[in-house]
Amino acid sequence: MINLFKIKGQKKEEAASAAGKAPVKKQSAGELRLHKDISELNLPKTTSISFPNGKDDLMNFEIIIRPDEGYYMGGTFVFTFQVSPSYPHEPPKVKCKTKVYHPNIDLEGNVCLNILREDWKPVLNINTVIYGLNLLFTQPNDEDPLNHEAAVVLRDNPKMFEANVKRAMAGGYVGQHYFPRCA
Amino acid sequence: MRDRHLCFLIGETGRNPNAAAQLAPQPSVRGGSHSQPAPLLFFLVPSPSESSKASRTQRAAAMASPDAEQPAPTEPARWRDLDMLLSRPGNLVEASFDPSPTLRDLLGSLVEVLVVGAGGLGCELLKDLALSGFKKLHVIDMDTIDVSNLNRQFLFRVQDVGKSKAEVAAKRVMERVSGVNIVPHFCRIEDKELEFYSQFHIIVLGLDSIEARSYINSVACGFLEYDSNDNPLPETVKPMVDGGTEGFKGHARVIIPGTTPCFECNIWLFPPQVKFPLCTLAETPRTAAHCIEYAHLIKWDEVHSGKPFDADDAEHMQWIYSEALKRAELFGISGVTYSLTQGVVKNIIPAIASTNAIISAACALEAFKLISGCSKSVSNYLTYNGLEGTHIKVTDFVRDKDCLVCGPGTLIELDTSSTLAEFIKMLEEHPKLRISKASVTHEGNNLYMQSPEVLEQMTRPNLSVPMFELLKGVPCATVHATGMAENNGKKVSSLRKLRVAFKGVEASNMDTTESS
Ligand SMILES: [Zn+2]
Repeated sequence: MINLFKIKGQKKEEAASAAGKAPVKKQSAGELRLHKDISELNLPKTTSISFPNGKDDLMNFEIIIRPDEGYYMGGTFVFTFQVSPSYPHEPPKVKCKTKVYHPNIDLEGNVCLNILREDWKPVLNINTVIYGLNLLFTQPNDEDPLNHEAAVVLRDNPKMFEANVKRAMAGGYVGQHYFPRCA
Repeated sequence: MRDRHLCFLIGETGRNPNAAAQLAPQPSVRGGSHSQPAPLLFFLVPSPSESSKASRTQRAAAMASPDAEQPAPTEPARWRDLDMLLSRPGNLVEASFDPSPTLRDLLGSLVEVLVVGAGGLGCELLKDLALSGFKKLHVIDMDTIDVSNLNRQFLFRVQDVGKSKAEVAAKRVMERVSGVNIVPHFCRIEDKELEFYSQFHIIVLGLDSIEARSYINSVACGFLEYDSNDNPLPETVKPMVDGGTEGFKGHARVIIPGTTPCFECNIWLFPPQVKFPLCTLAETPRTAAHCIEYAHLIKWDEVHSGKPFDADDAEHMQWIYSEALKRAELFGISGVTYSLTQGVVKNIIPAIASTNAIISAACALEAFKLISGCSKSVSNYLTYNGLEGTHIKVTDFVRDKDCLVCGPGTLIELDTSSTLAEFIKMLEEHPKLRISKASVTHEGNNLYMQSPEVLEQMTRPNLSVPMFELLKGVPCATVHATGMAENNGKKVSSLRKLRVAFKGVEASNMDTTESS
């Protein structure tokens, strides 16, 4: 394959053309795949996207969801996405920036969504994740709780859960926790 | 490259289960595979003139303890075995192999080798390559030596703790193997410009992360150019030998961009790391690892309001350990220890010195064969498993012909006056592409995005700008386009690599190398 004598001949040419070169930024395969995902986004009408670092940083973006049905209708919820160069080998890191009273989102913004962790597969994409996040607001699930108290209320007393969600979104206390207004 | 410090206790530790060897994965195997006869590995180590059993033992002892005094063997005798490989013809040699006693001199004086990583595998590689006749080596590693490395990273001593791995490893091997020059680079692989990587004839990888492998792979494949028939131009081929170990398992593979699959062609060989569901951690922990991940992923943020967790900070690790212990007590779970905490948080699995030695030997041998042609290369992926007996298997993986990283892409010739909008129109009409609604990106610059709306607005002004200007006046460049393409009459979303060349613009040798 590589022949030593070939290398010998090559040597001179290389030395001759080693002029100053501008560094070229390498684009990872993950970035390219993300570029594809983003350019093909098909956002539901509840959802918008923004790129805080401008058009050339697709690896960090925000998704804003305004649910149009269910307990969370009228609220505005912001999620940050951090995508690593190993995407889609690794799932994007998603956090909820808005403090929300929700059985599957804890008060630090951790989100319990199977496709973000145990069920992630490289064939999934950003659209799937956005779809999953929307589902969290239309179908909060008391079986996979991250916010244990909220999950118990949802299971045992849906009316009270609804009232708690309203209070939290309007800006107020639920139990000991204060939720800034997001409606 | 991800930070790879291992700052903790003595204990056999290496990092990242993803990183290394997956055991002999089966899919998409083509035909049979030929294994290299294992004994070849052992011929490679130059031996002193008397090859008696006693002197071999002595030599082994000297290697194991580099501090010991050992007279340097005289040159010709030292390389006798190597010279046999290089000066004799055979039936298994590469077609280009021209046996000659001068080959060893050429190997030492002309061939520049880059070793990426100076950890468990890197230490072995430097030693093996230096003892295989390579004399111009570079090594790059951003890590410093930790006390926990000393059990297997045999070039390092207690007094080296805290120093650069690359620098100490280079120094030690140069002290031991006369005539070898090793240039250390104490930095991240991304800190080096492409020009740095272009000087090497071969790159040998001793890494433990997918990200770092993927980066080097994209750099090496980035030099690759194709002729008009989509055949790789030999002088642009930058071969790689990739080693990886994980406990008793390891792999050694040869990547010849344009000929054998690149890292990205078979990225599926590395399954995503197993992650526990957050709600299991929060609600129904069942194992010690669940308790540790709870403290790491949930409790830390709850208590430290925004302060990032640093796995290399012993205090942080201690905090995770004690929280995990509390959690384990609460749920009646046993088995949380400090070292398990480190293991889970940093994704550590035991590193076995002998696995590193075996994989490194295989890699050094492949590098030697690739460069000299004295025997055929492994084709193309060797897996080793030292568990439950010993198994070595070679699998001949196939390339992904549409690979974005090593594939030829589609050549598109443009006038220097052609605008981005015209270029996008051409992609739609191009018989091989037929990509409609293309979004175009070049080296991380998003030239045009069809969607989402915010990005479309930001990139729309580019549409009327000549591509030559957007690509900063280079004679040719690689761009990527995403859009809907026709495939057997169906429109499917696709991502394509395109080689753009401008008509009438002179391309000097190096420029084309650089921008492709
Ligand atoms: Zn490839």
